[in-house]
Amino acid sequence: MSILIIAEHDNVSLVGATLNTVTAAQQIGGDIDLLIAGNGCGAAAQAAAQIAGVNRVLLADHASLDGQLAENVANLVVSIADNYSHVLSAATTFGKNFMPRAAALLDVSQISEISEVISADTFVRPVYAGNAMATVQSSDRIKLITVRITKFDAAAETGGSAPVEVVDACADSGLSRFIGLSSSKTERVELTSAAIVISGGRGMQNGENFQMLESVADKLGAAVGASRAAVDAGFVPNDYQVGQTGKVIAPDLYIAVGLSGAIQHLAGMKDSKTIVAINKDSEAPIFQVADYGLVADLFEAIPALDKALSD
Amino acid sequence: MKVLVGVKRVLDPQVKARVKADKSGIDLTNAKMTMNPFCENAVEEALRLRESGAVEEVIALSIGAAKSEETLRNALALGADRAILVLTEDVLEPLALAKVFKAIVEKETPDLVLVGKQAIDDECNQTGQMVSALLGWPQATFASKLEFVDGTAQVTREVDSGIETINVNMPAVISADLRLNEPRYASLPNVMKAKRKPLDKINLSDLGLDTANRLTTLEVVEPPARAAGVIVETVAELVDKLRNEAKVI
Repeated sequence: MSILIIAEHDNVSLVGATLNTVTAAQQIGGDIDLLIAGNGCGAAAQAAAQIAGVNRVLLADHASLDGQLAENVANLVVSIADNYSHVLSAATTFGKNFMPRAAALLDVSQISEISEVISADTFVRPVYAGNAMATVQSSDRIKLITVRITKFDAAAETGGSAPVEVVDACADSGLSRFIGLSSSKTERVELTSAAIVISGGRGMQNGENFQMLESVADKLGAAVGASRAAVDAGFVPNDYQVGQTGKVIAPDLYIAVGLSGAIQHLAGMKDSKTIVAINKDSEAPIFQVADYGLVADLFEAIPALDKALSD
Repeated sequence: MKVLVGVKRVLDPQVKARVKADKSGIDLTNAKMTMNPFCENAVEEALRLRESGAVEEVIALSIGAAKSEETLRNALALGADRAILVLTEDVLEPLALAKVFKAIVEKETPDLVLVGKQAIDDECNQTGQMVSALLGWPQATFASKLEFVDGTAQVTREVDSGIETINVNMPAVISADLRLNEPRYASLPNVMKAKRKPLDKINLSDLGLDTANRLTTLEVVEPPARAAGVIVETVAELVDKLRNEAKVI
């Protein structure tokens, strides 16, 4: 068997999710090639070559791959997929965007967000906001898979020395154009790779109050997240959102502050190792998944927590 | 301009899914069903486009069992002009759904296909991308804003690293994220009116497509439950537990 991983990167460095995808590929078994598709992405390819367990790095560096538009990335994947038994990418907004397109062009079904590898053709995936786990077997000639990264450890970033081989990119489809990306500027550790996350919900009341969480996060080396309600209300940007429709994370410690714990939010964080809930409503569903619950007004509890961590 | 908007009937998002005792799937007997929330955003966007004058006709499409008519009547009550139900008792995978969409697009020739970014039951997040692939159209997934500029669509997308803007040719497939709009509610008079709006039913078998599933579900089980936690009385006790018991800070 041979596996192709479509790496996620910003041309310079790899997105951490790629390392978790390598681990999923290792569990399937076989030679692992890693495709770096972008415009001016040679540095990312060099980083990819260092990952332990990678056989070859394929580099497609072309203007048509600027912004990694789904149409052009999918056409590239389709042009080389026949050499592989499996094609994998992380179930991030990058992987979710191009992979189903490539699958349809290859006339195969995609297996979305696998959480466990049973065998080369059988996988477990969460459904219904993580309230059920389905085991599915694929009969397709090539398995196109996205990987739920919280369910697989990261592979070692160094230790490998894979050769980098240049592959041809496809011509620009001309169907779409990349205009720009605006990211929220933060010096903090990234939400999906943070060991500790502190999230706020509607109970935070406004965006300014999130500074209380930022202050605690600074002391813990944590990332700050939010519930959908807090994002919808405009307290914080969309990339803070944890949940079924936002980011799925599983940090060592998750502190939920002033959020009720809707099914959709729990879907994004209930695999965290330790969960703390701080909410003044003792009936809030978040307490059902919390290891430690504190029934308290967050406007008293969070400053007190901040102070306790400073001492 | 004509818009085709996909709607799916799913378990109500407020209801916790129950796994069947024989592990064959989710027990939907007598369960409260509703329109998939992301499909509501897709319908709302289509209606707003019609209200803005950019679109003349909104056609709702659902693919599923006879009861999906309820979901289509809901779309009609919200304001869709007419509806198409492709009938099948099978639960189709996104690839098969995309083939049905393609067949309907070829018949109805819409300028835009709007769908929800994912269904909250199987959570595949595939159908829109697959429809655009099979049609050879551009795709704009996870849309949180849509504008038309010089005959193209300018779409703001919610991605993991922030907000991305792309521009796509028309016709296109656009998949809706939750912040694309705030869906309206159907008024009672409109619910009554919807009963008389046209709804065409087509048997899946009459479309002559290969819609065989490629995946076999071997079993569906509940995830392992978390052990019960404890309530702490003070912040000091919490910090102590995190430091000395859980050892996470």
